[in-house]
Amino acid sequence: MNSLLARYADAIFWMARYMERAEDLARILDVNETFSRDSSGLQDWSHVLHLYAEEEEFKEEHGEITPDKVIRYYVLDRENPGSIRSCIGAARENARSLRPLISTEMWMQLNTFFRQFGTLTDANISEHRLAGLCSWIKLGCQTYHGVTEGTFFRDAGWFFYLIGKNLERADQMTRLIDVKYHLLLPREVEVGSAVDVSQWMAVLRSAAGYHAYRRIHPRGMSAMQVAGFLLLNDQFPRSTRSCIDAVATALDRLGQMGVVAPDNSIRSLAELRADFERQTIKNIVGYGLHEYLDGVQLRLLELAEELGHTFFGYDYPQPGQTQLQESAG
Amino acid sequence: MLIASSQQEFISMANGTRTDLLQNYQPGPYFCEMLGLPDHPATYTEQLRDKLSQIDIATLRARAHDADEELLNLGITFTVYSDRMAIDRILPFDIIPRVISQNDWAKLERGIIQRVTALNLFLKDIYSGQKILKDGVVPAELVLGNENFRKEMIGLELPHGTYININGTDLLRNNDGEFMVLEDNGRCPSGVSYVIENRHLMQRAFSDMLNSIGVRPVSNYGPKLLEALLQVAPPGIDNPQAVLLSAGTYNSAFFEHVFLSREMGIPLVEGRDLVVMDDHVYMKTITGLEPVHVIYRRIDDAFLDPDVYNPDSVLGVAGIVKAYQAGNVTLANAIGTGVADDKAVYAYVPRIIRYYLDEDAILPNVETHICREKQDLGYTLDHLKELVIKPVGESGGYGITVGPKASRKQLADCRAQLKAKPENFISQPMIQLSVSPTLVNGKVEPRHVDLRPYAVTGESTWVLPGGLTRVALPKGSIVVNSSQGGGSKDTWVLE
Repeated sequence: MNSLLARYADAIFWMARYMERAEDLARILDVNETFSRDSSGLQDWSHVLHLYAEEEEFKEEHGEITPDKVIRYYVLDRENPGSIRSCIGAARENARSLRPLISTEMWMQLNTFFRQFGTLTDANISEHRLAGLCSWIKLGCQTYHGVTEGTFFRDAGWFFYLIGKNLERADQMTRLIDVKYHLLLPREVEVGSAVDVSQWMAVLRSAAGYHAYRRIHPRGMSAMQVAGFLLLNDQFPRSTRSCIDAVATALDRLGQMGVVAPDNSIRSLAELRADFERQTIKNIVGYGLHEYLDGVQLRLLELAEELGHTFFGYDYPQPGQTQLQESAG
Repeated sequence: MLIASSQQEFISMANGTRTDLLQNYQPGPYFCEMLGLPDHPATYTEQLRDKLSQIDIATLRARAHDADEELLNLGITFTVYSDRMAIDRILPFDIIPRVISQNDWAKLERGIIQRVTALNLFLKDIYSGQKILKDGVVPAELVLGNENFRKEMIGLELPHGTYININGTDLLRNNDGEFMVLEDNGRCPSGVSYVIENRHLMQRAFSDMLNSIGVRPVSNYGPKLLEALLQVAPPGIDNPQAVLLSAGTYNSAFFEHVFLSREMGIPLVEGRDLVVMDDHVYMKTITGLEPVHVIYRRIDDAFLDPDVYNPDSVLGVAGIVKAYQAGNVTLANAIGTGVADDKAVYAYVPRIIRYYLDEDAILPNVETHICREKQDLGYTLDHLKELVIKPVGESGGYGITVGPKASRKQLADCRAQLKAKPENFISQPMIQLSVSPTLVNGKVEPRHVDLRPYAVTGESTWVLPGGLTRVALPKGSIVVNSSQGGGSKDTWVLE
């Protein structure tokens, strides 16, 4: 296919985002399960709701926060568009519309994964089986990315896949850092205590970053160091910085193919990258970590919107309009 | 019933572990695609029977199960939507193939090309001089009063005079083994993807079998179709862009649209991906609008253009009919082909063939009574209990009254409808469908089958060797439609 339909670019972008989101959510649930073993279960499960700013909504719909209910809400609930099931379902619907474009193996893996997911019941998500389930979900999502890496044709579509995946991962990481930092910070009195360390270890583990972190910081563990690592390290593939770099590289490659991103997006990304290079976590915390992360999230949101207008056909004439687009030459 | 015809079978017989799948198989009074007729056995299936006799029923069942599972995982499904649930159903695949001999195929191929050629000449005629109507060969009101007759087509010159680019001919085989045409499908015939996927499944399930028996390949359908589509591009375009226009993921045939667009390497678009400006069609890409020259459209006339047809259609493209009339884009199939595959016009096809080609029809029609003609109506009403009464212009097997199986009330309803609107109906004697051994509930039993070969026409007509063999899975059923319990088989045309 020589020229990518705008609708396909949109669908690829979102397919990648949804799969990434499902994986990130599985990581967060997994690590929270570890948390709740350590302290009072109730408190810790509300952390997840807090992360997605869904506490109020959840309480309205489901009443009291219990581990079972929260897990169900985030794993199986069809009504929750942010549940893992909904994410995988949405990724699959996008993949279905992308069947002409993606490899058969990509479709088959995702379709099979979704079908297997459909057989899960409440028994599968009980707390003591959650860790196993989350591993299975992570594996499914990672298999998806692996099959994609190994089979997806490297035309413009591939780069939209990379952009979608990395934008989502970057965004999810800022949320994880934000909420964990603020939740764990009040316990600064316990700095260095076993509880504090184990909780930060759990945060790192949820991002598959514990061992990577230890290679940079062989000894000790502080909230600031962990936040700095997850946000700014340029060798850790899930850090926000690495993800932003990957987005910029993909946009650059698209540009080389004549698929040119708007100046605004390119400038905004360049600024963000320059900032990441210059900043230390100490400065950022001094400035206000929450505000800083908010700013990053806002930029990512704007970027996605701009890409939509430029590439995904949001600006094309709708039925009934007949003026010629400039680009039609 | 069969004698040992291979060493292995002989050994298993000698050991008393004979597992011949067909040993208890009784085809009844019908022509059997595997065995032929008692006095005229199908010697050409001998090799296949040999191979089958080496497989025990448990293996066959296991492989059939694997094939079903594969269909689901591959998403080779048609989708049924209810509530919020999208249910993916597979077209049940029967693992015992249907075989067509070299000779039978040669005749089928000639007959189909003849028929498609005549239908294209007929369409060209009725949308220009209407000579055949003036000569009284086909009643004018049958054509001009047909709801599928599209006045927008009058006077248009189509490349190579091809109206029906893709045609599916539904055939049956009577008790004597003679192939007869049951129906033409010249609008958006579907099912060809199953022909090719069934072969893939067969290759995976029984690679050993296919490799040793010379079966004509079906895998070049995509390139052949693309070639034909590009042949009918508007003249003077250097690198014509072809696309497949689909109604989208919610369409039950979406899998087929995906399949064909992939096989051809052309974009699969929906109406919302296209836009018409200055009577030219463009598709919306990431780098702007790009011209489109040939549209293999898999949506019906009525949804094609909200400006001309159904104004509520969101599937189509506003202005596309005007672009088509201006000759800037080719639609395949053309608009208005439905008049040629109408069940009432069907009855006249042998005469249409004679009229344009001065030849007898190579493939006969099933005897058909046209209820708009007084004599035929009288006959139909007198023999209602023996006949199959079909509404014209319907598809999918709905609205059919099967006389011998109908209740008193159904017959009375049918009679009333016939009297009220005789022109809406044709009647045919109970058709005889051949049977083919089929794996049902873990046993091999005869089930009725039909055959739909696909013909592709650009400058000339090419027929995909084989076609879709649909099988009616309920015992005794002759309704092969997938919507009503039909499955399919791999169809082998021998080399």
